[in-house]
Amino acid sequence: MPHLLEIRDLHKSFGQTEVLKGVDCAMEQGDVVCVIGSSGSGKTTMLRCINMLEDFEGGTIAIDGQQIGYETQRSQRKRRREREIARQRALTGMVFQQFNLFPHMTALANITLGLIKVKKMRREEANATAERWLDRVGLLERKGRFPGQLSGGQQQRVAIARAIAMNPKLMLFDEVTSALDPELVNEVLQVIKDLARDGMTMLLVTHEMRFAYEVSKRVIFMNEGRIGEEGDPKQMFLKPKTERLAEFLKSSSFH
Amino acid sequence: MDLAQFFDILWSVRWPILSGIGVTALVSALAIIAGSFVGVFVGLALTYGVLPLRWLARVYTDFIRGTPVLVLVLASFYILGTIGLQLSAFQAGVLALAVFCSSHVGEIVRGALQAIPRGQTEAAKAIGLTFSQTFSYVLMPQAGRQIAPAWVNTAAEIVKASTLLSIIGVAELLLATQEVIARTFMSLPFYFHAGFLYFCINFSIERLGKYVEKKLAIPQS
Ligand SMILES: Nc1ncnc2c1ncn2[C@@H]1O[C@H](COP(=O)(O)OP(=O)(O)OP(=O)(O)O)[C@@H](O)[C@H]1O
Ligand SMILES: [Mg+2]
Repeated sequence: MPHLLEIRDLHKSFGQTEVLKGVDCAMEQGDVVCVIGSSGSGKTTMLRCINMLEDFEGGTIAIDGQQIGYETQRSQRKRRREREIARQRALTGMVFQQFNLFPHMTALANITLGLIKVKKMRREEANATAERWLDRVGLLERKGRFPGQLSGGQQQRVAIARAIAMNPKLMLFDEVTSALDPELVNEVLQVIKDLARDGMTMLLVTHEMRFAYEVSKRVIFMNEGRIGEEGDPKQMFLKPKTERLAEFLKSSSFH
Repeated sequence: MDLAQFFDILWSVRWPILSGIGVTALVSALAIIAGSFVGVFVGLALTYGVLPLRWLARVYTDFIRGTPVLVLVLASFYILGTIGLQLSAFQAGVLALAVFCSSHVGEIVRGALQAIPRGQTEAAKAIGLTFSQTFSYVLMPQAGRQIAPAWVNTAAEIVKASTLLSIIGVAELLLATQEVIARTFMSLPFYFHAGFLYFCINFSIERLGKYVEKKLAIPQS
């Protein structure tokens, strides 16, 4: 059985600066993994490579054994065709810090767009699926609202529903509460906790240490483009092995 | 001279004036439609084109936008003739205005597309949309709303610029008015009358634009 997600020796540079310097990581179905680390350590970049929002120069990423973004033909590494990459992107669902809902569409239409155009669902079926997920995030009665008519927390919950309605194998969350007012953070974290309990496979970048501690099965500490330390949250937060992690935890708000 | 007398004379020359209005409307409409159509492609080339194409589109828009419309009109009537492409005054006029329109629409489209936050494209990609799907369902509907006011401005500019076609002998409203003046010697009232008609045309375009803008507006709060 292949791993659900397997990253091997991932390298990524922006121009001259190498941002990811050989990242290895594996996840199994149902895993909830939190990525922590200081600003600029490459957490976002790693997530963006997984769904090919960024190209990468070295290493491989595979989901369910399927190599993402590139294929190797006669030991030649070749970028896949755009259409194929688009199809592979639907294997993962991504939730962004800035929500990125489509402002000209209602909450419902934001969710059905992918279902109809990518999953080729009929409209009634897409509507039913979208309504089921809106209900799950507690926003069914807001389905006709436009993003501009929703609070930040509500927008982020719609964005989560939009990603997860596509039935991805893996959900990627990039600091999805950092743009929210403090009083709106919990409603979003609660939705994510519910998804974790239901067995959704998730990879989350977060600055919410308490949340990472509570929700994750494993924590990855990114440090300067490498995985500095990883392990179960209890051990990581209470007995960090490396000096860098200890320092990082001291400077962050985890107590 | 009183107003009643002017209206009497106006009535007697109603056909040439009406035909002038018709030609102005037709020339403008053709130029706006063709120019907008081409302009959308110019805008796409400016925004997403591969390097040589983008560069070509950039030179085209900058060159056209930097050239007075009158020069475009004269060039398409006289210069195209010398290279064996003799257009009628009407055709040359429409061509010049359409080219002028396309460069402006191109720039408007580019501006609107580039003003859309990058997160929109990324969110669309993340749910697996291809580029053409992203463009049709996510980018264009948002750009379209941005474009409306600037596009209305351009349309009004085209109507005004159509007066320049009088110089190459297209019997649009201004030339028709001038011919009427030559016969009646009533320059002041007829120039006012023409000015009033242009105002009416552009005012209607502007109202129509405002209406469309309102119709398309995305509900906020
Ligand atoms: N598009 C880009 N072009 C150039 N450099 C970039 C780009 N995106 C990110 N970087 C650089 O790559 C490095 C890693 O960035 P990344 O966004 O992955 O960090 P991060 O761990 O997510 O940080 P944060 O906690 O602030 O979100 C940073 O030094 C950043 O400046
Ligand atoms: Mg980041």
